[in-house]
Amino acid sequence: MPTLIRWRDGRAELAEDPYTAVADDAGVPHGEVIVSLTRFLQEGERLLGEGRHVGVRVEALEAVEDLAYDLPRISVVALVFPKFAQGQAYSSASLLRERFGYAGEVRAVGDVLREQARFMVRCGFDAFEPADGSTPDEWTHAVGRFRHVYQRAADHLAPAFEERGS
Amino acid sequence: MYAYDAIDREMLADRVAEFREQAARRLSGELTEDQFKPLRLMNGLYLQLHAYMLRVAIPYGSLNPVQLRRLAHVARTYDKGYGHLTTRTNIQFHWIKLRDAADILRDLAEVGMHAIQTSGNCIRNVTADPYAGADSSELDDPRVWSEAIRQWSTFHPEFSFLPRKFKIAVNASPDADRVATRTHDIGLYVARGDDGALGFKVFVGGGLGRTPYIGPLIREFLPATRLFSYLQAILRVYNRLGKRDNKNKARIKILVATLGAAEFARQVEAEWEKIGPAGDLPDTELARIRGAFTPVAFEALPARSTRFETAKQASPAFARFARNNLRPHKKSGYAIVEVALKAIGETPGDISAEQMDALADIAERWGLGDIRVTHEQNLVLPHVKLDDLAEVHAALAQAGLATANSNLITDIIACPGLDYCALANARAIPIAQAIAETFADPERAERIGELKIKISGCINACGHHHVAHIGILGVDKKGEEFYQLTLGGSAAEDAEVGKILGPALPAGRVAPAIDELVDVYLRERSDGERFLDTYRRVGLAPFKEAVYADAH
Repeated sequence: MPTLIRWRDGRAELAEDPYTAVADDAGVPHGEVIVSLTRFLQEGERLLGEGRHVGVRVEALEAVEDLAYDLPRISVVALVFPKFAQGQAYSSASLLRERFGYAGEVRAVGDVLREQARFMVRCGFDAFEPADGSTPDEWTHAVGRFRHVYQRAADHLAPAFEERGS
Repeated sequence: MYAYDAIDREMLADRVAEFREQAARRLSGELTEDQFKPLRLMNGLYLQLHAYMLRVAIPYGSLNPVQLRRLAHVARTYDKGYGHLTTRTNIQFHWIKLRDAADILRDLAEVGMHAIQTSGNCIRNVTADPYAGADSSELDDPRVWSEAIRQWSTFHPEFSFLPRKFKIAVNASPDADRVATRTHDIGLYVARGDDGALGFKVFVGGGLGRTPYIGPLIREFLPATRLFSYLQAILRVYNRLGKRDNKNKARIKILVATLGAAEFARQVEAEWEKIGPAGDLPDTELARIRGAFTPVAFEALPARSTRFETAKQASPAFARFARNNLRPHKKSGYAIVEVALKAIGETPGDISAEQMDALADIAERWGLGDIRVTHEQNLVLPHVKLDDLAEVHAALAQAGLATANSNLITDIIACPGLDYCALANARAIPIAQAIAETFADPERAERIGELKIKISGCINACGHHHVAHIGILGVDKKGEEFYQLTLGGSAAEDAEVGKILGPALPAGRVAPAIDELVDVYLRERSDGERFLDTYRRVGLAPFKEAVYADAH
């Protein structure tokens, strides 16, 4: 099982991952699962009806809008970075948080590197499966490198223009 | 000019610390070159044919003397004593050592400079009209908007890993386009609405490279207060839908061309409506930035300067400089001075540390401390009194900076080409030098008039050859350097992509071919026509005939 880092109260911590990531061609085990968007659209009602937590994995080319009406019932949205430089998931995370007000876990999976940690946290990711073996301390350090930000984002940090105005 | 406040300065300090740590991990061997590459490419550090190249951002081409002296210090201390200005109004240092890179960034940060937004698939350094604040036709100061865009786009969390790099340009004059606006991913023309309100015409999907496009208009009028939510909508549509599986099709121009400008605009508008004013900058911040660009204290001067007129009478060299390198200023008694980095036989856009220092002194003494970089690889002193021009000219001449060929055939744009660049197919600099030498006679160059030659060493088109009156593209034919000529392009307000003249020519044929093209123009031109005008009237045929006559 990959390491799971959770971002909470301004720092990263190691977390137990109760979820099993389920491949499309595998059977669904008991307990908490993360399934693909395709599978969720087919089997989601049934899985949720079994009284368990269900997460959904959204690929880079898939639209989080497809989940819009189900979001209140989904406990994790796992956004995939096929390569670190494929940045669609930054928009997906921003939309989940800022447009749909999604309050569950937004998890970064795939080619997840600490050098991108700050961008991810700013867009509203709060859980990470690092592909580079990063420790929580390294993650916290990477996120906290900058004292200021220039834009409003899902992390609700006060941008420079608000700091200046206050 | 905008001066960095404590927040801007701390952003740079944090960036330097981050890069220092990343470079140390590479130098210690903890990171491989492959792992380090994406990190250095977020700091403008490229690995070229002979050494690392550091590209330093000059946002909207605006420099003060302290910054220019610091660039001279970098050139002298860490490089071979010179820098190279690019068509994106940045400056490149071509002989950098990795172990010095963090110190260079520290030295630059002390004067509010950096290498952020000069590489990687992010929103790049924004460019603007180099005559900002000096041109009487401008509708608003484009630097205000450019600085706001700079801040908004710096380390943008959602848009730092786009399908490809992303360039924005701001033009503010309805009469002229000196920023090649419509060759940008987003080109903004400052405009006034029917009610006089400030806003922008928005062009999206321009670009050069393998597939050149002049950007189509996607919004006739965008209220200025809604700029940032609209930019966010454009970038979000692009980040989600832009192609990523083929680098050659990843720029937004391909998305716009595939969807069609109307459908692209529809998607942007739909996204924009959802974002709403929450995506915009508060007026207070725009006012704060505007305050930094309050008009400088010009003196009330007569339109005619006796000193200036007398000096022109006395010195043919100064008179020539005045004819070619001065532009009218919005205030009477002042002029805009083009400082061409195009001395015959030199590398276009190169400037030595001594020249940087000299120009900083000149700007401080006679130019209200303001210096601009143009996308044509020249510098500009935007505010010089007519009374001082003769002294400015003498000081420029002393520094080898008084080449009187602005906009003429020897004012050539050239990318670094195969002399430096790992991507190039062919050399660009020696071709530019050979052409300049062919037209070294300044009287002949003046008789020919405005003629824009632009040279790229490969199809990536950093030399903007597609939008040149005469464009030259280096190609590789079985290991030999050949050059394809295009005619009739323009990067200005009449933007157009040029047409290929014929089969590529060997290096030795390029300058003679330009000579033949010019002969056709001089033969065919009507009164007052530029080369471009004549070409547009008579078409390609007579030019083609002249260059390829021997081939029949």
